[in-house]
Amino acid sequence: MHFYIEKRGNTSKRFTNSVYIISIILAVIFSSFIFLLKGVNPFFAFGKIMKSSFGSSFGLKETITKAIPLLIISQGLIVAFKGKFWNIGANGQLLVGSTVATWVALNFGPNHSAFLTLLLMFLLGFLAGGLFGIIPAILKVKLSINEIITTLMLNYIAEDFIEYLVYGPWKGKTQYGFPYTDNFPPSAVLPQIPGSRISLTLVIIALTVSFLIFLFIEKTKFGYEIKVIGDNPNSAKFAGIDFLKITIIMMLISGGLAGVAGVGEVSAIHRHLTYPAQISSGYGYTAIIVAWLAQLNPIIAIFSAIFFGGILVGGDVIQTSLGFPFATINTFNGFILVFMIIGNFFTEYKIMIRR
Amino acid sequence: MFDLIVSTLARAMVAGTPFLLGTTGEIITEKSGILNLGVEGMMALGAIVGFSITYITKNVLIGLLSGILAGGILALLHAFISITLNGNQVLSGLSIAMIGTGIAGMLGKSYIGIPLPVRFSEIIIPILSKIPFLGKILFIRDPLFYLAIILAIISWFILFKTRMGINLRSVGENPKASDSLGVNVALTRYIATFVGGCFSGFAGAYLTLAYMPSWIEGMTGGRGWVVIALTIFAQWDPLKAILVSYLFGTIDVLQYILQPLGIPVPILKMTPYVATLLILLITARELIRKHLGSPASLGEPFVKGEK
Repeated sequence: MHFYIEKRGNTSKRFTNSVYIISIILAVIFSSFIFLLKGVNPFFAFGKIMKSSFGSSFGLKETITKAIPLLIISQGLIVAFKGKFWNIGANGQLLVGSTVATWVALNFGPNHSAFLTLLLMFLLGFLAGGLFGIIPAILKVKLSINEIITTLMLNYIAEDFIEYLVYGPWKGKTQYGFPYTDNFPPSAVLPQIPGSRISLTLVIIALTVSFLIFLFIEKTKFGYEIKVIGDNPNSAKFAGIDFLKITIIMMLISGGLAGVAGVGEVSAIHRHLTYPAQISSGYGYTAIIVAWLAQLNPIIAIFSAIFFGGILVGGDVIQTSLGFPFATINTFNGFILVFMIIGNFFTEYKIMIRR
Repeated sequence: MFDLIVSTLARAMVAGTPFLLGTTGEIITEKSGILNLGVEGMMALGAIVGFSITYITKNVLIGLLSGILAGGILALLHAFISITLNGNQVLSGLSIAMIGTGIAGMLGKSYIGIPLPVRFSEIIIPILSKIPFLGKILFIRDPLFYLAIILAIISWFILFKTRMGINLRSVGENPKASDSLGVNVALTRYIATFVGGCFSGFAGAYLTLAYMPSWIEGMTGGRGWVVIALTIFAQWDPLKAILVSYLFGTIDVLQYILQPLGIPVPILKMTPYVATLLILLITARELIRKHLGSPASLGEPFVKGEK
């Protein structure tokens, strides 16, 4: 008797979905072992994560606050991943978006209306993030340079550059020596819903973007061409699809949306530029998992963004209450990703036993 | 000035060693056709396991071996996903990176700020260390420095001069042909991935046991990603890896050397990453022309019997 694998014909949506849910459950179990290893009762830890993120109205508001950037970024990542472009650089793209927005806020904001200032912040933030995304796109298509490395290196470069700005030339005069820029003028601030840190404008932007990306991928020729490039680059070349053009537009959107998320963070949440780690909160990396858990579907991404928003809030809470380091949540996210890939195997193949 | 050059290069040898260990390992893995992007995670795990086991046992050798094994074991997860399950190697590598850095951060929390009681310290090689200039740079080093170079040379020899190496490379070039010649593709790839992971674990353990004997979160600092770029830069050749790793060690050290000149620290911190980009850029055209030395089926799953 031995085992062998066979390709499945087609799999039902329900089967695929249960695979993803099982992945999450297994990730919880595996992370529990790590908690146990650290002498923390995993039921207590996960209970705390769930209670703090979804169990109270305060927690729920925080969850949504964090789901917003995750959703906007993951929409961009979905576009890139559909074209098999491994954009790991959303964190850096977010950071340059918030940097440019900060520049607009501090230099243009004081003398202009909120409408003009915010519009310019979002526009230039999108462009900055997009340009940061186009660099690896050109390098990949023109010189076959691996985009995973370039996007990652650009993350580090963006981080260090912002650190330089906030400790150096952009350090605010009114911030008592803290590495913050001056606070934004009122015209550059997105109002929050009272009693929360949620900005209604950002909620609308995030949902609109999700819907547009859905239409874009499913209904336009461009979306079709991205999928062809991703699924079968050879036949794409044969069909005369312009790789360079498509990849550049793809990464303009992908990086641009990360930039928009960055504008949202500085304008609605922080209201000044500060430590890069505080601005990006690792959203660029978490959004990768948001996109994959949504099976690269822009609408499902809404739900997976909220789920991961909750995980981040819970992560913050166990960080402060149990003294866990920031990286803790990486473990959990990594396990989710691992079990999703493993689960993917079962949606594509079945194991047969031959006697 | 002369002293400054000597001390810079001496420190560059230490800074380059983790790059060399990681790069050698990644070359072995990639030559078999498996792309493992999880180096950063395997390194982080190797670093904290090496540190904590040394701290507990007061024995650096046991610590080192544990760190090496930790990297290898984490790599086996990647092997299982990429080889047995034909999973997406990019995604799997990313998750390995997350899991490794995550677990390392958690395990390391209680060790922050605690100095290691024992470590690998420099040995002074008689006679050779008296050579002017080179003596201080090359022959007053910790034993792992020499081990790293020897391992790179051995890896080169095995890869390019032995039957085993031919099999491993053919599995990476053309798994189907190797399979029909009776080479066990899956087993070869498992071993190469495991060995590569051990090297990454070693690189991490080097950081905590020789480079800087204490633990801080984010200790690996992106070195694992630089390693993946160095693998390309070295054109999948462990001998070239020796050169590029120590070149990079020098770039890494430059940031501390230039600091007194008044250049802001964050700008200096950027140098390794900018250098990585520049190096990829400079070598890109040449690499395309030379057809990279990249294994032809890198990153592609091999399913026995499937067309």
